[in-house]
Amino acid sequence: MDDSPVPASGSSGVSTEIVIAGAAESERLGVIPDESIWQLAAGPTLAALAQCGLTVADVDGIASTLPVVELAYYLGMRPSWLDGTVVGGCSYMLHVRHAAAAIRSGAASVVVVAHGESGRSRVGSPPMVPNPSSAGGQFEQIYGMAGAFSSFTIPTMAYLHRYGLDETALAEVPVAQSAWASQNPRATRGKLLTTDDVLNSRMIAWPFRVLECCPRSDGGGALVLMSAERAADLDLAHPAVTVLGSGEASEAPGSSFMQDLTSFRGFRDSSAAALREAELSTEDIDHLMVYDAYAHLPFYGLEDIGFVGRGEAYEFIRSGATRPGGTLPMNTNGGGLLYAHTGMYGMFAIQEAVRQLRGDAAVPVPDVHTSLVQGVGGMFAAAGALVLAN
Amino acid sequence: MAKPVPVPTPETQFYWDRAKERELWLPKCGNCGRLHFSPRAFCPFCSSVDIGWIRSSGRGTVESFIINHTPGPGYAEQGPYAIAFVLLDEGIRLASNLLEVEQTPTAITIGMPVEVTFEERGEWTIPQFRPAGAAA
Ligand SMILES: [Zn+2]
Repeated sequence: MDDSPVPASGSSGVSTEIVIAGAAESERLGVIPDESIWQLAAGPTLAALAQCGLTVADVDGIASTLPVVELAYYLGMRPSWLDGTVVGGCSYMLHVRHAAAAIRSGAASVVVVAHGESGRSRVGSPPMVPNPSSAGGQFEQIYGMAGAFSSFTIPTMAYLHRYGLDETALAEVPVAQSAWASQNPRATRGKLLTTDDVLNSRMIAWPFRVLECCPRSDGGGALVLMSAERAADLDLAHPAVTVLGSGEASEAPGSSFMQDLTSFRGFRDSSAAALREAELSTEDIDHLMVYDAYAHLPFYGLEDIGFVGRGEAYEFIRSGATRPGGTLPMNTNGGGLLYAHTGMYGMFAIQEAVRQLRGDAAVPVPDVHTSLVQGVGGMFAAAGALVLAN
Repeated sequence: MAKPVPVPTPETQFYWDRAKERELWLPKCGNCGRLHFSPRAFCPFCSSVDIGWIRSSGRGTVESFIINHTPGPGYAEQGPYAIAFVLLDEGIRLASNLLEVEQTPTAITIGMPVEVTFEERGEWTIPQFRPAGAAA
């Protein structure tokens, strides 16, 4: 008689294929004054589970930037695996990576990754209190950095100066992304933009105008992860999307502490790890989401991941390569700059990649089989990358 | 509302004590010889605990900057203000405002030479930078 231990269900080691079987955003996006952060996360969680034909009772793992104990309690969940990683807006890329490892190890079988943030209305949100004895508190905040718009943005002029560009280069990012947002009825900023529209918009922190800074939105999103084997037994509403590779990294707690103001080590390390695990190179990637809380980030992302050479991102975007019909469709929901930005935008970047790969995006990219999603957390502090495929 | 002040940790106390004397000091490793910032009780490059301090020349250049039109606490009265990253001649980067210069992108340029000065802020003395030679 075979007395070897019974393997955990759905687990067969590192070769186990992990899928996103359900993915949903909050029905409304933008201004939602009648829902707390908890409800903003719970709504899409129930919707994403319904896409899988599952309920909360089927879930054994939960990950969120919200306090996970309270979120699990709110959902009526009895989790045996919890991940409360909070490293900024890219946390959700890390949650997916951690969930994949947990499912492969048998520590969890069905994981919900959930986001809810009342970034605009601040319903149920904790107060935002900077720590004055942190490195940033002692050596950055005292110089009048009032928020991300006045700290994340500071390296940008060093980048532009290095490559002989001026402040007008930044405007090309929202202009190019408006070609997507203007076709997306859910986009907060749905107007087709000209360079002049951007440059004439209100100054926030020179060289950044308001249209080069993300809006503040209320919203949520959730993903349901499991093994492909488990998903095959379910009647899914949408095709499952495979997690081919992932990476995570950190550099420093603030942009003044990064090694090179013109390149982010976190982007370099996390994207390289994700591509290596997926056994793909940038030429194999059909679709790209680069976390764009501010307009300089796609420049850094395109170069640090390796889609273009150093200093070439501006010309690449200006050429139309990232617009509809271009060779590398990028930020196809309009991006954090134009679609929505709750504060921790990473969930929405993943949601758009999933929609493109399963065929229900607002502005579909033709013939898309692979997507790279690159997130950043804090001010060039942390990073997470995913390579997804259909 | 008052401008923010630091809350030192034991590892950074020396930096702030010297600032109170209107001096800028940087931690330096006695083992590998490299400077680092922000201050730690050991070297982030070689993990040696043999950390000493050197007095900075206080000279550097503007490596990058913004002009913030959306003021932080205590900064509202002065209008738009620069927040810069200064690369010291010693190779260490510090955040700073830029004092004694017009707060515009024409008056402030990348590579502009600057020197340290000090701002009294309540109980605290905060290192700041101004164009080199501004004191003359
Ligand atoms: Zn050392």
